Amino acid sequence: MNNFEYLRAESLGQAAAAAADPATKIIAGGTNLLDLMKYNVERPSRVVDITRLPLKDIAETEAGGLRIGALVPNSDLAYDERIKARYPLLSSAILAGASPQLRNSASTGGNLLQRTRCYYFYDTATPCNKREPGTGCPAVHGQNRIHAILGTSQHCIATHPSDMCVALAALAATVHVTGPNGSRDIAFGDFHRLPGDAPEIDTTLRPGEIVTAVELPPEGFAANHTYLKLRDRLSYAFALVSVAAALRQEGGRVVEARLALGGVAHKPWRDEAAEAMLAGKPASPESFAAAADHLLRDAKGHEHNAFKIELARRAIVRALGQAAAGTPQSQTDKRIR
Amino acid sequence: MPSAEHHIGAPRSRIDGPAKVTGAARYAAEHTAPDLAYGIVVSGAIARGRIRSVYAAAALAVPGVIQVFTHENRRRTAWLDYSYKDDVAPPGAPFRPLYDAEIHYSGQPVALVVAEDYETAAYAASLLAIDYEVAEHETDLEAQRAYAYVPSKKRSGIPPPPSPRGDAEKAFGEAPLHVEGDYSHAIEHHNPMEPHASTVIWEGDGKLTVHDKIQGSQNSQRYITSVFGLKADDVRVMNAYVGGAFGSGLRPHYQLFLAVMAALELERSIKVVLTRDQMFTFSYRPHTLQTVRLAADRSGALRSIRHDAVAGTSRYEDYQENVVNWSGMMYHCDNVALTYTLAQIDTATPADMRAPGATTGVFALEIAMDELAERAAMDPIALRLRNYSDEDENQGKAYTSKELRECYRVGAERIGWSRRSSVPRSTREGRELVGFGMATGCWEAYLQKTAARATLTPDGKLEVATASSDIGTGTYTILAQIGADGFGLDLADVSVRIADSTLPTAPVQGGSWTAASSGSAVQAACQAVRETLLGHARGLHRSPLANAGIEQVEFRDGRITFASDPARFVTFADAMRAGGVDKVEAEATAAPSVVTALRYVSYTHAAVFAEVRVDEELGIVRAVRIVSAVAAGRILNPKTARSQILGGGVMGLGMALHEETMMDHNLGRFMNHNLGEYHVPANADVHDIDVVFVEEHDDKVSPIGVKGLGEIGIVGTAAAIANAVYNATGKRIRDLPITLDKLL
Repeated sequence: MNNFEYLRAESLGQAAAAAADPATKIIAGGTNLLDLMKYNVERPSRVVDITRLPLKDIAETEAGGLRIGALVPNSDLAYDERIKARYPLLSSAILAGASPQLRNSASTGGNLLQRTRCYYFYDTATPCNKREPGTGCPAVHGQNRIHAILGTSQHCIATHPSDMCVALAALAATVHVTGPNGSRDIAFGDFHRLPGDAPEIDTTLRPGEIVTAVELPPEGFAANHTYLKLRDRLSYAFALVSVAAALRQEGGRVVEARLALGGVAHKPWRDEAAEAMLAGKPASPESFAAAADHLLRDAKGHEHNAFKIELARRAIVRALGQAAAGTPQSQTDKRIR
Repeated sequence: MPSAEHHIGAPRSRIDGPAKVTGAARYAAEHTAPDLAYGIVVSGAIARGRIRSVYAAAALAVPGVIQVFTHENRRRTAWLDYSYKDDVAPPGAPFRPLYDAEIHYSGQPVALVVAEDYETAAYAASLLAIDYEVAEHETDLEAQRAYAYVPSKKRSGIPPPPSPRGDAEKAFGEAPLHVEGDYSHAIEHHNPMEPHASTVIWEGDGKLTVHDKIQGSQNSQRYITSVFGLKADDVRVMNAYVGGAFGSGLRPHYQLFLAVMAALELERSIKVVLTRDQMFTFSYRPHTLQTVRLAADRSGALRSIRHDAVAGTSRYEDYQENVVNWSGMMYHCDNVALTYTLAQIDTATPADMRAPGATTGVFALEIAMDELAERAAMDPIALRLRNYSDEDENQGKAYTSKELRECYRVGAERIGWSRRSSVPRSTREGRELVGFGMATGCWEAYLQKTAARATLTPDGKLEVATASSDIGTGTYTILAQIGADGFGLDLADVSVRIADSTLPTAPVQGGSWTAASSGSAVQAACQAVRETLLGHARGLHRSPLANAGIEQVEFRDGRITFASDPARFVTFADAMRAGGVDKVEAEATAAPSVVTALRYVSYTHAAVFAEVRVDEELGIVRAVRIVSAVAAGRILNPKTARSQILGGGVMGLGMALHEETMMDHNLGRFMNHNLGEYHVPANADVHDIDVVFVEEHDDKVSPIGVKGLGEIGIVGTAAAIANAVYNATGKRIRDLPITLDKLL
């Protein structure tokens, strides 16, 4: 870990001004940034602590949704009565991730901004285009069991690690940000980006912009949803494949579907075309399989992760089945249902 | 012993438990000293080559940095390979930290940065730049298999494969039933909670007190004195508490060398703690490529056993395990051929990891036996009983005891073996396939030469002392139990001193031998104290015990009492007064009986059963029930004993389903080097584990009839689970771990 200056932000404006310097890092829960600093992956010259800023409320919006302050801890969010009742998919996804201790510390905004858990990104003794642009991607021909099958580039096959973000993508949340040039809203699907030829850039945030809130639209799909996370052990592991599925149904037919995947791409992977295929179809394994095939149409595996394509296909079918039946996956059961 | 036993055999809680849960117990990295400096180890980035230059100027310029040690400026140490050999070292030339510019493996220590505080040392370490001359490496055992060899020098304590008996190849060809398969498991790391750490306290005048994470304080002490040419009296090593080790702490590691080197050079106290990432660069269960070929007649009687293993080792040491001998020993068969060879890869030397060798070899054999049972259309238990042997088939010696039949019976009953369908993939519950599997477990029951001292004072307080360790197994507690029962005391009246190199000689804690060895030594020392004390009591003027023999008296309530006439007694205090002493102290040594060894062998046995549920579509395995029925002689403490088997069972579960250290062969580097990406089972993965100890009386294995429990819980567990997965799914997975992709 390098030596760094510590600044406690007194205002959002002050934090945003400081964050415009690329050598400055914003810290909230610190559950990821501190690890990265200990590994010398991140070496900020200054760390700006925003935890005293008033971004800790969950408030009703005029539209009938909820606005979640960027500093709301993951645990508080997951157990908030309004979230549990109206957006149980989000609550479930949060509880599928990390551990209680980490969720207690981790913030809403920080969850969006966590970095990939690619082994190579974390190990400064190895090349990595995301960590040091232009050095190469050893994962492509190396240990790539946990890597992406969708939206990859020759420069990077890392995945986004968040569970919460997969639910937020499915729920079509909006990210509110404030920067040196004012505030703006970013649709969740536009917040994270694919690696392309600039894998060092994870999001579409501009220099100095800080996430202030995440807004949920009114529709929470509380009746028919699931977050199904498949991994190499049943707890405290990142997803090989996870599926956030949500349905509105009438008389055994799907009216509206939401489908987003985690563990498969550089960003939470929501496929609106696959969702559209389900609209008007019977809530049946056949329709689900067709949507899964469509979502995975361009999937490409590597030596150790090709299985993810078939796993994702089956996981989508299972998840949509759970959602349709109104029997969401429990995150405390010691089994997958 | 004539006195009633109150503690031995009773489920006592750990006497060190309160200290551990309150944080009062200090582990190696938690000791401190005035003026303590901190060392951070810098690890190398390449798998093979040379260090061209180390650029330390930036690190040295950081205020608070005391020194950067590298191969260029290190203190002179012994130059003979032999001087670096610790008690557990395999044949070869041990790794010598900072010895020269050569890089032998990725992650090798290349520098130690010492500073006034931890943060400064860590920051300065990040500024060190190292220029390498890279050489070609090979870390893939498959690629090196062609160069496999029989090690020229055998590792102490590890028997090489026995000579072939009969004609296994011919018998294989003639027998009607065959199975043949290749088996392998992933490289695994021990991952104890506590990292490797050494706190070296500079006592002045070249004297050192060392708190080391090690499974034997005297091993570290001998290593330090040998490497640095110090006098034995000048180095005291302690390992009061060890936060798990599983074999990773048998050998002194480089943090000890570096901390001692820096302390001697700087003449001040220093602490060096390794990171979890660094712990993933050395000491691992080696990748082993196995082929097992079995043949049987139609009754299931084994006609041929062949078991060949190629195991990975480093370029500099011939690390060896007993992988294949189990296949010639456990079952009766007249035609057996076993081979064990090594192939070198560019990694650090592997290390003993819980039941080293047996875990590996028995996993392959016991899956092969399951395959053979199916081929013979026999129940897997029936096949094992058909080939049951009451002697070590390799040596033709009888077992001192072997209640394995009872393990099979009790285990089968507890798991509900009768519910198992012999047809794979024929039982379902909802989306899940249900399967049952079983396997035999086996581990040698050792007695190692161990000394102990017992000291009784007039107030009825007892101290027992031996250099043995407690790596979390419960040694403190069982020694207190043995001591307490020697004199009819409460556990609270016994203080146990262990984990200190100045105490009576004991080997490293490993091999499951500590309870039997240190326990027997403590009991012998107590017996000597009892006899001396009785002598004093008899010498009392008009002694009520004037003619009493040791077999006629009991020691309890602070008195020596005539067993048949409780009115006749002498208090401990009066006896000592009569003897003119203020304490009675004795030292005794327990050692294996040469006579017994001529005729007998001693092993612990287990029958492990598993019930699994496998999600048919998603390939996710749940081991919903594991039954481990163990025959291990006398159980000193059912509570700590059960914990040992539970821990071994979970580790076996990890081997079966989760654990895998992934090597990037292009980089020659282990990549998933943290507990987030190396998956040990989480609580969510562990279901019901049922431990049962069957009655087994053994008066030959050790003076206290104990066999040891540290390893047996893991042996066979992975095979039982893999066999259950086969029974559930019809898919025979011979390559562990059984991750979901293998079942899709």
